[in-house]
Amino acid sequence: MSKVQEGLLYSESHEWVRVEGPNAFVGISDFAQEEMGDITYVDLPDLDNVLKGEEFGALESVKASSDLYSPVTGTVSERNLDLEDAPELLNEDPYGNWIIRVHLANPAELDDLMDAEAYAQFIAK
Amino acid sequence: MEETLLKTCLYDSHVALGAKMSPFAGFMMPIQYSGIIAEHLAVRQKVGMFDVSHMGEIFVSGPDAERFVNHIFTNEIRGFAPGKVLYGMMLYPDGGVVDDLLVYREYEPDHFLLVVNAANIAKDYRWMLDQAEGYDVKIDNQSDNWGQIAVQGPDAESKVVEVLGETKAKDTAFYEFYDSTYMGKRMIVSRTGYTGEDGFEIYTSVEGTQDIWQKMLDAGVTPCGLGCRDTLRFEAGLPLYGDELSPEITPVEAGLGMFCKLDKEEFIGKDVIALQKAEGTQKKLVGIGIADRAIPRAGYPVELEDGTQVGVVTTGYHSISLDKSICFALVKTEYAALGTPLWIRIRSRVFPGEVIKKRFYQTNYKK
Repeated sequence: MSKVQEGLLYSESHEWVRVEGPNAFVGISDFAQEEMGDITYVDLPDLDNVLKGEEFGALESVKASSDLYSPVTGTVSERNLDLEDAPELLNEDPYGNWIIRVHLANPAELDDLMDAEAYAQFIAK
Repeated sequence: MEETLLKTCLYDSHVALGAKMSPFAGFMMPIQYSGIIAEHLAVRQKVGMFDVSHMGEIFVSGPDAERFVNHIFTNEIRGFAPGKVLYGMMLYPDGGVVDDLLVYREYEPDHFLLVVNAANIAKDYRWMLDQAEGYDVKIDNQSDNWGQIAVQGPDAESKVVEVLGETKAKDTAFYEFYDSTYMGKRMIVSRTGYTGEDGFEIYTSVEGTQDIWQKMLDAGVTPCGLGCRDTLRFEAGLPLYGDELSPEITPVEAGLGMFCKLDKEEFIGKDVIALQKAEGTQKKLVGIGIADRAIPRAGYPVELEDGTQVGVVTTGYHSISLDKSICFALVKTEYAALGTPLWIRIRSRVFPGEVIKKRFYQTNYKK
Protein backbone atom coordinates (compact mmCIF):
# COMPACT_ATOMS: atom_id res chain seq x y z
CA MET A 1 0.00 0.00 0.00
CA SER A 2 1.24 3.47 -0.88
CA LYS A 3 1.80 5.75 2.07
CA VAL A 4 -0.11 9.02 2.32
CA GLN A 5 1.38 11.54 4.71
CA GLU A 6 -0.90 13.53 6.98
CA GLY A 7 -0.66 17.31 6.91
CA LEU A 8 0.05 17.61 3.19
CA LEU A 9 -2.21 18.60 0.32
CA TYR A 10 -2.38 16.47 -2.82
CA SER A 11 -3.17 16.96 -6.50
CA GLU A 12 -4.84 14.50 -8.85
CA SER A 13 -1.56 14.28 -10.74
CA HIS A 14 0.06 12.92 -7.53
CA GLU A 15 2.09 15.91 -6.42
CA TRP A 16 2.04 16.90 -2.76
CA VAL A 17 2.17 20.43 -1.33
CA ARG A 18 3.43 21.50 2.06
CA VAL A 19 2.50 25.08 2.90
CA GLU A 20 4.87 27.16 4.99
CA GLY A 21 3.73 30.74 5.31
CA PRO A 22 3.72 32.36 1.87
CA ASN A 23 5.58 29.42 0.32
CA ALA A 24 4.69 25.93 -0.78
CA PHE A 25 7.07 23.00 -1.15
CA VAL A 26 6.09 20.60 -3.94
CA GLY A 27 7.03 16.94 -4.23
CA ILE A 28 5.59 13.67 -5.51
CA SER A 29 3.58 11.15 -3.56
CA ASP A 30 4.61 7.65 -2.58
CA PHE A 31 2.02 6.36 -5.03
CA ALA A 32 3.69 8.35 -7.82
CA GLN A 33 7.17 7.07 -7.08
CA GLU A 34 5.90 3.49 -6.90
CA GLU A 35 4.23 3.87 -10.26
CA MET A 36 7.37 5.37 -11.80
CA GLY A 37 9.83 2.77 -10.55
CA ASP A 38 13.51 3.69 -10.22
CA ILE A 39 13.77 7.43 -10.88
CA THR A 40 16.99 8.24 -12.72
CA TYR A 41 16.64 11.92 -13.64
CA VAL A 42 14.79 14.98 -12.45
CA ASP A 43 14.33 17.76 -14.98
CA LEU A 44 14.06 20.87 -12.77
CA PRO A 45 12.49 24.13 -13.94
CA ASP A 46 14.15 27.54 -14.19
CA LEU A 47 13.55 30.00 -11.37
CA ASP A 48 10.49 31.40 -13.02
CA ASN A 49 6.74 31.56 -12.82
CA VAL A 50 4.61 28.44 -12.76
CA LEU A 51 0.88 28.18 -13.26
CA LYS A 52 -1.43 25.79 -11.51
CA GLY A 53 -1.93 22.74 -13.71
CA GLU A 54 1.00 23.63 -15.92
CA GLU A 55 4.00 21.42 -16.55
CA PHE A 56 7.03 22.57 -14.56
CA GLY A 57 9.48 19.75 -15.14
CA ALA A 58 9.73 16.02 -15.62
CA LEU A 59 10.87 12.84 -13.97
CA GLU A 60 12.56 10.06 -15.84
CA SER A 61 12.51 6.49 -14.67
CA VAL A 62 14.37 3.72 -16.45
CA LYS A 63 11.32 2.96 -18.50
CA ALA A 64 9.43 6.19 -19.02
CA SER A 65 9.33 9.91 -18.52
CA SER A 66 6.54 11.60 -16.68
CA ASP A 67 5.71 15.30 -16.61
CA LEU A 68 5.40 17.19 -13.35
CA TYR A 69 2.41 19.50 -13.00
CA SER A 70 2.38 22.39 -10.62
CA PRO A 71 -0.44 22.15 -8.10
CA VAL A 72 -0.17 25.89 -7.43
CA THR A 73 0.50 29.21 -9.18
CA GLY A 74 3.51 31.27 -8.19
CA THR A 75 7.20 31.84 -8.64
CA VAL A 76 9.74 29.03 -8.27
CA SER A 77 12.01 30.43 -5.58
CA GLU A 78 14.17 27.37 -4.99
CA ARG A 79 14.91 24.01 -6.56
CA ASN A 80 16.13 20.93 -4.75
CA LEU A 81 19.50 20.58 -6.45
CA ASP A 82 20.32 17.43 -4.43
CA LEU A 83 18.01 15.63 -6.86
CA GLU A 84 20.33 16.34 -9.77
CA ASP A 85 22.94 13.99 -8.34
CA ALA A 86 20.62 11.70 -6.41
CA PRO A 87 17.23 11.41 -8.15
CA GLU A 88 16.67 8.14 -6.28
CA LEU A 89 15.93 10.22 -3.16
CA LEU A 90 12.40 10.55 -4.55
CA ASN A 91 12.03 6.77 -4.40
CA GLU A 92 13.62 6.40 -1.02
CA ASP A 93 11.73 9.14 0.78
CA PRO A 94 9.15 10.89 -1.40
CA TYR A 95 7.73 12.99 1.44
CA GLY A 96 11.15 13.96 2.81
CA ASN A 97 12.39 15.33 -0.52
CA TRP A 98 10.65 18.28 -2.09
CA ILE A 99 11.34 19.21 -5.72
CA ILE A 100 10.59 22.95 -5.87
CA ARG A 101 9.60 25.74 -3.50
CA VAL A 102 6.99 28.09 -4.89
CA HIS A 103 6.16 31.55 -3.63
CA LEU A 104 2.38 31.42 -3.79
CA ALA A 105 0.58 33.95 -5.97
CA ASN A 106 -2.90 32.68 -5.22
CA PRO A 107 -3.18 30.85 -1.88
CA ALA A 108 -6.92 30.39 -2.44
CA GLU A 109 -6.03 27.67 -4.98
CA LEU A 110 -4.96 25.43 -2.10
CA ASP A 111 -8.64 24.82 -1.40
CA ASP A 112 -8.86 22.85 -4.68
CA LEU A 113 -6.33 20.28 -3.47
CA MET A 114 -7.13 17.11 -1.56
CA ASP A 115 -6.21 16.47 2.04
CA ALA A 116 -4.56 13.20 3.04
CA GLU A 117 -7.83 11.40 3.62
CA ALA A 118 -9.32 12.44 0.30
CA TYR A 119 -6.13 11.55 -1.53
CA ALA A 120 -6.00 8.11 0.10
CA GLN A 121 -9.49 7.49 -1.24
CA PHE A 122 -8.52 8.90 -4.64
CA ILE A 123 -5.65 6.45 -5.13
CA ALA A 124 -7.65 3.54 -3.74
CA LYS A 125 -10.09 3.83 -6.65
CA MET B 1 -9.22 -5.24 -22.01
CA GLU B 2 -7.49 -7.56 -19.57
CA GLU B 3 -9.60 -10.63 -20.29
CA THR B 4 -8.62 -10.57 -23.97
CA LEU B 5 -4.91 -10.73 -23.07
CA LEU B 6 -3.12 -14.06 -23.02
CA LYS B 7 -1.29 -15.37 -19.99
CA THR B 8 1.87 -17.44 -20.03
CA CYS B 9 2.07 -20.63 -17.99
CA LEU B 10 3.99 -18.67 -15.31
CA TYR B 11 1.39 -15.92 -14.86
CA ASP B 12 0.29 -17.07 -11.39
CA SER B 13 3.88 -17.10 -10.18
CA HIS B 14 4.46 -13.53 -11.44
CA VAL B 15 1.41 -12.30 -9.57
CA ALA B 16 2.40 -14.20 -6.43
CA LEU B 17 5.87 -12.63 -6.62
CA GLY B 18 4.26 -9.18 -6.72
CA ALA B 19 5.36 -8.32 -10.25
CA LYS B 20 4.13 -5.17 -11.94
CA MET B 21 2.16 -6.66 -14.86
CA SER B 22 1.53 -4.96 -18.17
CA PRO B 23 0.29 -5.92 -21.64
CA PHE B 24 3.04 -6.81 -24.10
CA ALA B 25 2.59 -8.42 -27.51
CA GLY B 26 -0.90 -9.57 -26.56
CA PHE B 27 0.23 -11.15 -23.30
CA MET B 28 -0.02 -9.95 -19.72
CA MET B 29 3.68 -9.92 -18.84
CA PRO B 30 5.82 -9.00 -15.82
CA ILE B 31 7.59 -5.66 -16.34
CA GLN B 32 9.47 -5.77 -13.06
CA TYR B 33 9.52 -7.52 -9.70
CA SER B 34 11.97 -5.80 -7.34
CA GLY B 35 12.91 -3.00 -9.74
CA ILE B 36 14.50 -2.64 -13.16
CA ILE B 37 17.90 -1.51 -11.88
CA ALA B 38 18.25 -4.32 -9.30
CA GLU B 39 17.16 -6.92 -11.85
CA HIS B 40 19.46 -5.52 -14.53
CA LEU B 41 22.42 -5.71 -12.16
CA ALA B 42 21.50 -9.24 -11.06
CA VAL B 43 21.90 -10.40 -14.67
CA ARG B 44 25.15 -8.48 -15.17
CA GLN B 45 26.70 -9.62 -11.90
CA LYS B 46 25.11 -12.96 -10.93
CA VAL B 47 22.13 -14.59 -12.58
CA GLY B 48 18.56 -13.66 -13.45
CA MET B 49 15.74 -15.37 -15.31
CA PHE B 50 12.98 -14.25 -17.63
CA ASP B 51 9.67 -15.80 -18.52
CA VAL B 52 9.82 -15.73 -22.31
CA SER B 53 7.07 -18.27 -22.81
CA HIS B 54 5.28 -15.73 -24.98
CA MET B 55 7.86 -16.29 -27.73
CA GLY B 56 6.81 -18.41 -30.69
CA GLU B 57 8.05 -21.90 -31.54
CA ILE B 58 7.40 -22.96 -35.11
CA PHE B 59 8.69 -26.33 -36.26
CA VAL B 60 9.54 -26.95 -39.91
CA SER B 61 10.20 -30.46 -41.18
CA GLY B 62 10.06 -32.53 -44.35
CA PRO B 63 12.21 -33.42 -47.35
CA ASP B 64 12.40 -29.77 -48.48
CA ALA B 65 12.80 -28.28 -45.00
CA GLU B 66 16.37 -27.08 -45.46
CA ARG B 67 15.70 -25.58 -48.86
CA PHE B 68 12.53 -23.92 -47.59
CA VAL B 69 14.09 -22.41 -44.46
CA ASN B 70 16.99 -21.14 -46.52
CA HIS B 71 14.48 -19.53 -48.90
CA ILE B 72 12.73 -17.51 -46.18
CA PHE B 73 15.77 -16.87 -43.94
CA THR B 74 18.61 -14.42 -44.59
CA ASN B 75 21.41 -16.39 -42.94
CA GLU B 76 22.99 -19.53 -44.48
CA ILE B 77 21.79 -22.77 -42.93
CA ARG B 78 23.40 -25.09 -45.45
CA GLY B 79 26.47 -26.73 -43.98
CA PHE B 80 25.53 -25.75 -40.47
CA ALA B 81 25.54 -28.72 -38.17
CA PRO B 82 22.76 -30.26 -36.05
CA GLY B 83 22.76 -28.76 -32.56
CA LYS B 84 23.60 -25.28 -33.81
CA VAL B 85 21.55 -22.09 -33.68
CA LEU B 86 21.66 -19.22 -36.18
CA TYR B 87 20.30 -15.67 -35.93
CA GLY B 88 18.82 -13.94 -38.96
CA MET B 89 15.69 -12.42 -40.44
CA MET B 90 12.76 -13.21 -42.67
CA LEU B 91 12.32 -10.44 -45.23
CA TYR B 92 9.64 -9.15 -47.53
CA PRO B 93 10.70 -8.94 -51.19
CA ASP B 94 11.41 -5.20 -50.68
CA GLY B 95 13.94 -5.94 -47.92
CA GLY B 96 11.66 -4.89 -45.05
CA VAL B 97 11.69 -7.25 -42.11
CA VAL B 98 8.89 -9.76 -41.40
CA ASP B 99 10.66 -10.76 -38.20
CA ASP B 100 14.05 -11.53 -36.72
CA LEU B 101 14.43 -15.03 -35.39
CA LEU B 102 16.60 -17.94 -34.33
CA VAL B 103 16.80 -21.08 -36.43
CA TYR B 104 17.72 -24.32 -34.66
CA ARG B 105 18.93 -27.21 -36.78
CA GLU B 106 17.62 -30.22 -34.96
CA TYR B 107 19.49 -33.48 -34.48
CA GLU B 108 16.78 -35.25 -36.45
CA PRO B 109 17.50 -34.77 -40.17
CA ASP B 110 15.25 -32.31 -42.04
CA HIS B 111 13.89 -30.80 -38.81
CA PHE B 112 14.21 -27.15 -37.82
CA LEU B 113 12.86 -25.04 -35.00
CA LEU B 114 12.21 -21.37 -35.70
CA VAL B 115 11.87 -19.16 -32.62
CA VAL B 116 10.05 -15.91 -33.39
CA ASN B 117 8.89 -12.78 -31.60
CA ALA B 118 5.66 -13.07 -29.62
CA ALA B 119 4.02 -10.12 -31.35
CA ASN B 120 4.66 -11.72 -34.75
CA ILE B 121 3.69 -15.36 -34.23
CA ALA B 122 0.46 -15.27 -36.23
CA LYS B 123 1.94 -13.07 -38.95
CA ASP B 124 5.08 -15.22 -39.26
CA TYR B 125 3.16 -18.47 -39.35
CA ARG B 126 0.90 -17.10 -42.08
CA TRP B 127 3.94 -15.80 -43.97
CA MET B 128 5.65 -19.18 -43.83
CA LEU B 129 2.54 -21.00 -45.04
CA ASP B 130 2.20 -18.54 -47.91
CA GLN B 131 5.80 -19.07 -49.00
CA ALA B 132 5.64 -22.85 -48.77
CA GLU B 133 3.93 -23.55 -52.07
CA GLY B 134 5.99 -26.02 -54.06
CA TYR B 135 8.01 -27.15 -51.03
CA ASP B 136 7.42 -30.52 -49.39
CA VAL B 137 7.40 -29.26 -45.80
CA LYS B 138 5.29 -29.42 -42.68
CA ILE B 139 4.99 -26.13 -40.75
CA ASP B 140 3.76 -26.62 -37.24
CA ASN B 141 3.08 -23.69 -34.89
CA GLN B 142 3.59 -25.16 -31.40
CA SER B 143 3.82 -21.83 -29.56
CA ASP B 144 0.96 -22.57 -27.17
CA ASN B 145 2.41 -25.90 -26.06
CA TRP B 146 5.89 -24.74 -25.13
CA GLY B 147 7.12 -22.63 -22.27
CA GLN B 148 10.46 -20.89 -22.30
CA ILE B 149 12.73 -19.55 -19.56
CA ALA B 150 15.87 -17.52 -20.25
CA VAL B 151 18.49 -17.91 -17.50
CA GLN B 152 21.13 -15.23 -17.98
CA GLY B 153 24.26 -14.01 -16.25
CA PRO B 154 27.71 -15.18 -15.17
CA ASP B 155 26.23 -17.82 -12.82
CA ALA B 156 23.72 -19.13 -15.40
CA GLU B 157 25.69 -22.26 -16.23
CA SER B 158 26.01 -23.44 -12.64
CA LYS B 159 22.31 -22.79 -11.92
CA VAL B 160 21.16 -24.58 -15.08
CA VAL B 161 23.34 -27.59 -14.23
CA GLU B 162 22.09 -27.58 -10.63
CA VAL B 163 18.38 -27.23 -11.38
CA LEU B 164 18.19 -29.52 -14.43
CA GLY B 165 20.40 -32.11 -12.73
CA GLU B 166 22.46 -32.75 -15.86
CA THR B 167 25.86 -31.41 -16.86
CA LYS B 168 25.41 -31.18 -20.63
CA ALA B 169 25.00 -27.41 -20.42
CA LYS B 170 28.71 -27.16 -19.59
CA ASP B 171 29.69 -28.68 -22.91
CA THR B 172 27.28 -26.57 -24.92
CA ALA B 173 28.98 -23.66 -26.67
CA PHE B 174 27.47 -20.26 -27.46
CA TYR B 175 24.73 -20.64 -30.08
CA GLU B 176 24.53 -24.41 -29.62
CA PHE B 177 21.81 -26.49 -27.95
CA TYR B 178 21.25 -29.95 -26.59
CA ASP B 179 18.14 -32.10 -26.53
CA SER B 180 16.83 -33.69 -23.37
CA THR B 181 13.63 -34.54 -21.53
CA TYR B 182 12.08 -33.01 -18.44
CA MET B 183 9.11 -34.51 -16.61
CA GLY B 184 8.72 -36.92 -19.50
CA LYS B 185 8.49 -34.22 -22.17
CA ARG B 186 10.98 -32.90 -24.65
CA MET B 187 13.34 -30.15 -23.47
CA ILE B 188 15.70 -28.01 -25.56
CA VAL B 189 18.51 -26.19 -23.75
CA SER B 190 20.34 -23.63 -25.85
CA ARG B 191 23.22 -21.34 -24.96
CA THR B 192 21.59 -18.20 -26.30
CA GLY B 193 20.02 -15.06 -24.92
CA TYR B 194 19.21 -11.43 -25.31
CA THR B 195 21.19 -9.73 -22.58
CA GLY B 196 24.85 -9.58 -23.63
CA GLU B 197 25.74 -12.07 -20.90
CA ASP B 198 26.37 -15.79 -21.00
CA GLY B 199 23.18 -17.74 -20.49
CA PHE B 200 20.69 -20.36 -21.57
CA GLU B 201 17.20 -20.53 -22.99
CA ILE B 202 15.25 -23.56 -21.83
CA TYR B 203 12.27 -24.72 -23.88
CA THR B 204 9.97 -27.41 -22.57
CA SER B 205 6.37 -28.29 -21.76
CA VAL B 206 4.12 -25.98 -19.78
CA GLU B 207 4.35 -28.21 -16.68
CA GLY B 208 8.11 -28.54 -17.00
CA THR B 209 8.49 -24.78 -17.38
CA GLN B 210 6.51 -24.17 -14.20
CA ASP B 211 8.61 -26.71 -12.32
CA ILE B 212 11.94 -25.33 -13.56
CA TRP B 213 10.87 -21.76 -12.78
CA GLN B 214 10.05 -22.69 -9.19
CA LYS B 215 13.30 -24.61 -8.76
CA MET B 216 15.27 -21.67 -10.15
CA LEU B 217 13.53 -19.38 -7.64
CA ASP B 218 14.40 -21.79 -4.85
CA ALA B 219 18.01 -21.83 -6.08
CA GLY B 220 18.18 -18.06 -5.69
CA VAL B 221 17.91 -17.00 -9.34
CA THR B 222 16.48 -13.45 -9.52
CA PRO B 223 13.20 -13.22 -11.46
CA CYS B 224 13.53 -10.43 -14.03
CA GLY B 225 10.86 -8.61 -16.00
CA LEU B 226 10.65 -7.28 -19.52
CA GLY B 227 11.79 -3.87 -18.26
CA CYS B 228 15.37 -4.98 -17.72
CA ARG B 229 15.22 -7.37 -20.65
CA ASP B 230 15.02 -4.22 -22.77
CA THR B 231 17.74 -2.28 -20.93
CA LEU B 232 20.06 -5.30 -21.11
CA ARG B 233 19.58 -6.04 -24.80
CA PHE B 234 19.89 -2.35 -25.60
CA GLU B 235 23.26 -1.99 -23.85
CA ALA B 236 24.50 -5.08 -25.68
CA GLY B 237 23.62 -3.46 -29.00
CA LEU B 238 20.88 -5.96 -29.84
CA PRO B 239 17.90 -4.82 -31.92
CA LEU B 240 14.25 -5.12 -30.93
CA TYR B 241 11.74 -5.85 -33.66
CA GLY B 242 9.39 -2.89 -33.87
CA ASP B 243 12.08 -0.42 -32.76
CA GLU B 244 15.25 -1.15 -34.75
CA LEU B 245 13.81 -3.60 -37.29
CA SER B 246 10.44 -3.37 -39.01
CA PRO B 247 8.80 -3.63 -42.43
CA GLU B 248 10.20 -0.10 -42.98
CA ILE B 249 13.74 -0.75 -41.69
CA THR B 250 15.95 -3.23 -43.56
CA PRO B 251 18.73 -5.26 -41.90
CA VAL B 252 21.34 -3.25 -43.82
CA GLU B 253 19.92 0.02 -42.46
CA ALA B 254 19.91 -1.51 -38.98
CA GLY B 255 23.59 -2.49 -39.31
CA LEU B 256 22.73 -6.21 -39.42
CA GLY B 257 23.81 -6.87 -43.00
CA MET B 258 26.26 -9.52 -41.80
CA PHE B 259 23.30 -11.79 -41.06
CA CYS B 260 22.22 -11.63 -44.72
CA LYS B 261 24.42 -13.93 -46.77
CA LEU B 262 24.74 -12.78 -50.36
CA ASP B 263 26.69 -15.88 -51.37
CA LYS B 264 23.48 -17.85 -50.89
CA GLU B 265 21.76 -18.82 -54.11
CA GLU B 266 18.66 -16.93 -53.11
CA PHE B 267 16.43 -15.80 -50.26
CA ILE B 268 13.39 -13.57 -50.23
CA GLY B 269 14.58 -9.95 -50.29
CA LYS B 270 18.10 -10.79 -51.47
CA ASP B 271 18.06 -8.42 -54.46
CA VAL B 272 17.30 -5.38 -52.33
CA ILE B 273 19.84 -6.36 -49.67
CA ALA B 274 22.52 -6.89 -52.35
CA LEU B 275 21.78 -3.47 -53.81
CA GLN B 276 21.83 -1.79 -50.39
CA LYS B 277 25.09 -3.47 -49.45
CA ALA B 278 26.64 -2.35 -52.74
CA GLU B 279 25.29 1.20 -52.90
CA GLY B 280 24.56 2.06 -49.29
CA THR B 281 21.28 3.23 -47.78
CA GLN B 282 19.63 6.59 -47.16
CA LYS B 283 19.43 6.03 -43.42
CA LYS B 284 21.45 4.08 -40.91
CA LEU B 285 21.07 2.97 -37.32
CA VAL B 286 23.68 4.55 -35.04
CA GLY B 287 24.44 4.89 -31.37
CA ILE B 288 24.41 8.38 -29.89
CA GLY B 289 25.71 9.35 -26.47
CA ILE B 290 24.76 12.62 -24.77
CA ALA B 291 26.57 14.35 -21.93
CA ASP B 292 23.57 14.77 -19.67
CA ARG B 293 21.33 12.57 -17.54
CA ALA B 294 18.23 13.47 -19.59
CA ILE B 295 17.00 10.42 -21.50
CA PRO B 296 16.53 10.26 -25.26
CA ARG B 297 13.34 8.24 -25.76
CA ALA B 298 11.95 6.52 -28.85
CA GLY B 299 10.49 9.07 -31.25
CA TYR B 300 12.54 12.07 -30.10
CA PRO B 301 14.07 14.05 -33.00
CA VAL B 302 17.78 13.96 -33.83
CA GLU B 303 18.92 17.33 -35.14
CA LEU B 304 21.85 19.32 -36.42
CA GLU B 305 23.01 22.38 -34.52
CA ASP B 306 20.75 24.61 -36.65
CA GLY B 307 17.68 22.57 -35.71
CA THR B 308 17.33 20.62 -38.97
CA GLN B 309 15.98 17.16 -38.20
CA VAL B 310 18.16 14.36 -39.59
CA GLY B 311 16.85 11.37 -37.69
CA VAL B 312 14.81 9.88 -34.90
CA VAL B 313 15.57 7.96 -31.70
CA THR B 314 14.47 4.29 -31.77
CA THR B 315 15.44 3.22 -28.20
CA GLY B 316 17.12 5.20 -25.45
CA TYR B 317 17.96 4.89 -21.79
CA HIS B 318 20.15 6.20 -19.09
CA SER B 319 22.32 3.09 -19.29
CA ILE B 320 22.37 1.27 -15.97
CA SER B 321 25.71 -0.45 -16.49
CA LEU B 322 27.49 2.58 -17.95
CA ASP B 323 25.73 5.44 -16.12
CA LYS B 324 25.44 7.35 -19.40
CA SER B 325 22.48 8.51 -21.48
CA ILE B 326 22.64 6.70 -24.81
CA CYS B 327 20.31 5.76 -27.62
CA PHE B 328 19.90 4.03 -30.93
CA ALA B 329 18.73 6.39 -33.66
CA LEU B 330 17.98 6.09 -37.34
CA VAL B 331 19.76 8.99 -39.04
CA LYS B 332 20.54 10.10 -42.57
CA THR B 333 23.62 8.18 -43.64
CA GLU B 334 25.77 11.29 -44.12
CA TYR B 335 25.56 11.88 -40.36
CA ALA B 336 26.24 8.28 -39.32
CA ALA B 337 30.04 8.34 -39.02
CA LEU B 338 31.51 7.77 -35.54
CA GLY B 339 32.19 11.07 -33.81
CA THR B 340 29.64 13.09 -35.81
CA PRO B 341 28.11 15.74 -33.53
CA LEU B 342 24.32 15.43 -33.31
CA TRP B 343 21.70 17.04 -31.08
CA ILE B 344 18.69 15.38 -29.49
CA ARG B 345 15.52 17.28 -28.65
CA ILE B 346 14.21 16.14 -25.26
CA ARG B 347 10.99 17.92 -24.37
CA SER B 348 11.70 21.65 -24.73
CA ARG B 349 15.48 21.42 -24.65
CA VAL B 350 18.18 20.28 -27.03
CA PHE B 351 21.14 18.23 -25.82
CA PRO B 352 24.44 17.88 -27.70
CA GLY B 353 25.84 14.42 -28.32
CA GLU B 354 27.87 12.42 -30.78
CA VAL B 355 27.71 9.21 -32.76
CA ILE B 356 29.26 6.32 -30.81
CA LYS B 357 29.52 2.56 -31.31
CA LYS B 358 26.19 0.77 -31.02
CA ARG B 359 27.51 -1.99 -28.82
CA PHE B 360 27.58 0.15 -25.71
CA TYR B 361 28.43 -2.68 -23.34
CA GLN B 362 31.25 -5.22 -23.65
CA THR B 363 29.39 -8.50 -23.96
CA ASN B 364 30.47 -11.57 -21.99
CA TYR B 365 29.52 -14.53 -24.14
CA LYS B 366 31.17 -17.90 -23.68
CA LYS B 367 32.62 -18.80 -27.03
